[in-house]
Amino acid sequence: MSVNYGSKRVVVGAHYGFRDWLAQRVTAALMVLFTFVVLAQVLLTSGEIGYDKWAGIFSSQWMKALTFSIFIAFAYHVWVGVRDIWMDYVKPVGVRLVLQVFTMVWLVACLGWAIQVLWRL
Amino acid sequence: MTELAKKRPEFRNINALTDLPTYRLPAAGIVSILHRISGAIMFVLLPLIVWMFDTSVSSEISFAKFKSAFTVGIGFVPGIIVKLAALALIWAYLHHMIAGLRHLYMDMCHAVSKEFGKSSAVVTLVLSLGLTAALGAKLFGLY
Repeated sequence: MSVNYGSKRVVVGAHYGFRDWLAQRVTAALMVLFTFVVLAQVLLTSGEIGYDKWAGIFSSQWMKALTFSIFIAFAYHVWVGVRDIWMDYVKPVGVRLVLQVFTMVWLVACLGWAIQVLWRL
Repeated sequence: MTELAKKRPEFRNINALTDLPTYRLPAAGIVSILHRISGAIMFVLLPLIVWMFDTSVSSEISFAKFKSAFTVGIGFVPGIIVKLAALALIWAYLHHMIAGLRHLYMDMCHAVSKEFGKSSAVVTLVLSLGLTAALGAKLFGLY
């Protein structure tokens, strides 16, 4: 579907440019904050970090909930970014569709794995 | 066919093989394309990232396996390859994050002058490469 704005311009494409533009920035900011939350816990640990201390960071309930949210934000961020790469460089619709489906499967598979690791901790 | 639906002319003056190697990209342009490349690297290596998360937090035994992957290797992959992949991820993450923060700053402060574009791009490159060198030296046991 294309919408006409004015007499000459036909707006085509994904039609959710602003939503994704904003989501890309919000998810990015969340991931930067999360990086510092994890980094702070690593740096504030005294002594060498072994298994107990490292796994301990992710084992508290609030940290699991936060990490889970970041995984979702991450997946959405990567989806927007990789989709943009395909849209810029891959012009044949069929090839683009295949690559986009591959991206979704790749992302959802990795996301499922990461969530499984997190919640069995 | 309406006037609008007519095929618009396409101008493709850049040849990837003959033009790109000699194309003098400004610093902001280098940061921009590296932002995309670093993102693509992390996307491709995503299973490795989740694998590292899995083995490092799941159990004492898997943690030991995680550590030894960097020295003696894992399966048919030698340790040096694991280290190089980790180094690539370190750089990709740092560059992507710092270049992203530059974007956020520009969005929030309307910092869109030509001078700021160049200076912030240089800062991005220096910071990301410097931190990568520091963490990479640690990864390869230089200190």
